[in-house]
Amino acid sequence: MIRFATFRLLSLTLSLIAASIVVFAVIEIIPGDTASYMLGLNATPEAVEALRNQLGLSGSIPERYIAWAGGLLTGDFGQSYTYRVPVSELILDRIWISIPLTLYALILSTVIAFPVGLISAARRGKLSDYSIMGATQLGIAIPNFWFAMLLVLIFAVNLHWFSAGGFPGWAGGFWPATKALTLPAIALALPQASILARVMRSSLLETLTQDYIRSARAKGLTRGQALRRHALRNAMIPVLTIIGMQFSFLLAGAIIIENVFFIPGLGKLIFQGITQRDLIVVESTVMLLVFAVILVTFIVDVAYAAVDPRLRTRK
Amino acid sequence: MKWPVQLKLGAFITVFFIAIIALSFFWTPHDVTILNIPEKLQPSSSKYLLGSDHLGRDILSMLMVGGRTSIAVALIAVSIGVIIGVPLGLLAAATRGSLIDEITMRSNDLIFAFPSLVIAILITAVYGPSASNAIIAIGIFNIPVFARVSRGAALSLWTLDYVLAARTFGKKSMRISIEHILPNIINLLIVQGTIQFSLGILAEAGLSYIGLGVQPPTPSWGRMLADAQTFIYSSPRLAFLPGMAIVMMVLGLNLMGDGLRDLLDPRIRRGR
Repeated sequence: MIRFATFRLLSLTLSLIAASIVVFAVIEIIPGDTASYMLGLNATPEAVEALRNQLGLSGSIPERYIAWAGGLLTGDFGQSYTYRVPVSELILDRIWISIPLTLYALILSTVIAFPVGLISAARRGKLSDYSIMGATQLGIAIPNFWFAMLLVLIFAVNLHWFSAGGFPGWAGGFWPATKALTLPAIALALPQASILARVMRSSLLETLTQDYIRSARAKGLTRGQALRRHALRNAMIPVLTIIGMQFSFLLAGAIIIENVFFIPGLGKLIFQGITQRDLIVVESTVMLLVFAVILVTFIVDVAYAAVDPRLRTRK
Repeated sequence: MKWPVQLKLGAFITVFFIAIIALSFFWTPHDVTILNIPEKLQPSSSKYLLGSDHLGRDILSMLMVGGRTSIAVALIAVSIGVIIGVPLGLLAAATRGSLIDEITMRSNDLIFAFPSLVIAILITAVYGPSASNAIIAIGIFNIPVFARVSRGAALSLWTLDYVLAARTFGKKSMRISIEHILPNIINLLIVQGTIQFSLGILAEAGLSYIGLGVQPPTPSWGRMLADAQTFIYSSPRLAFLPGMAIVMMVLGLNLMGDGLRDLLDPRIRRGR
């Protein structure tokens, strides 16, 4: 297990280095000079020169990469050109909105998908199974930002249960803040819950064809008992993979959903960065998102190997 | 062979939508490039079958023309994934265990860490938003998908007797990949292509909605939704119709993908 974890840790580090090179390279290949790109057409040569120095653009490409990547490691994400504050400050202000939103959606998705997938598998071929599978097909086809708009229309505009957008901040108390994140989290969770429920169902059905389930049935367990006692745990492996993958989809989805609800999270920050050509903000925030995705994949992989020793020898 | 129900239903929806969208090349009820502000936000009538938008354009015509954008972006993005991903997957399978295989698959893992939205953000930050950048972003994300599917399927084929026979005849790996492996994984690729096509439509809508995709004045379903958001209180219909178009199109494609999988791969029929 320790060998496996070390190996995965090494590959995690390599992935992170590779990802940071990709992000760095994309920003670096901007046609022309980054500083004049950021300042636009009307910039004076002095201003461009000053920004070049401030951005550390004077060195060679490897030097700049090392300066940037080294900065990321020590929490120095550079200085935002438009806000004139460190990017790390901007990110810290917003990450406490985006991460809770993502986790909220992940929890909702899991809480919805588990019972739904279980019922569907247990009642396979019955009317309830068909209805659930039909509903999940629909759930997968609905764009989450459009679903968000419908939720606003129903629950904010017509019923006045929630506000149509904005975020009061955690300082105003846990409940008002959670309430403000509820519609966005539901909008994010629905398509993922549909996918998860389908994976849960097919994984359970797959497991139910295994020999040990037949043995369990042969010793007198009902289909439901065999499902609960033996199939459920074994069917969890693909389900966990999908949950891990969903984290990255939810995090990326949150970027769009934050814009629907005017929530000042990382998504909003990225878009401001793009429109104001504040490339340092875009570069560092994107790197942070990619880092989160790679880290979660790593955690899921190691968690598996801890649960299922067979997976340790795969590599 | 009998077609599964979802395949019939999905194919019907898809063909219906594609036919209407194709019709827009020859005829639309109204011209979408002409603004008619005095007749803005009209309810549905005999003149405007689905009503008019905030600039007095016919919504039905906008949906027809906007659908072209969605289909074009998704289709090209899938092609990018197939053209680059499949050869990579076949190459990796043919050289399994080698350095080439390892490098190919690890770079695929790397791309997986960048959701297509994040790729789009990076590209847009550098080159500015456009339809072609949306295509590239979605296309790049499709590459590892097709590479994985073809590698996985090809690996199991490489162990089969007829491949062994071809090798004893002295055929080179590349020829075996093209002549024996590719025809046998084409079913899988069609199914995956359908799924990626529907995901591409969703991704295009999302990118255009947040302004990273198709730019005005080109109509697109995602852009229509972005425009509609301003009027969501006064004219919710504007937000409803393009969303329904996306849902129906994606639903049709997904049903078709599922149905095709059942039809083309009899082994999994039992398990579902």
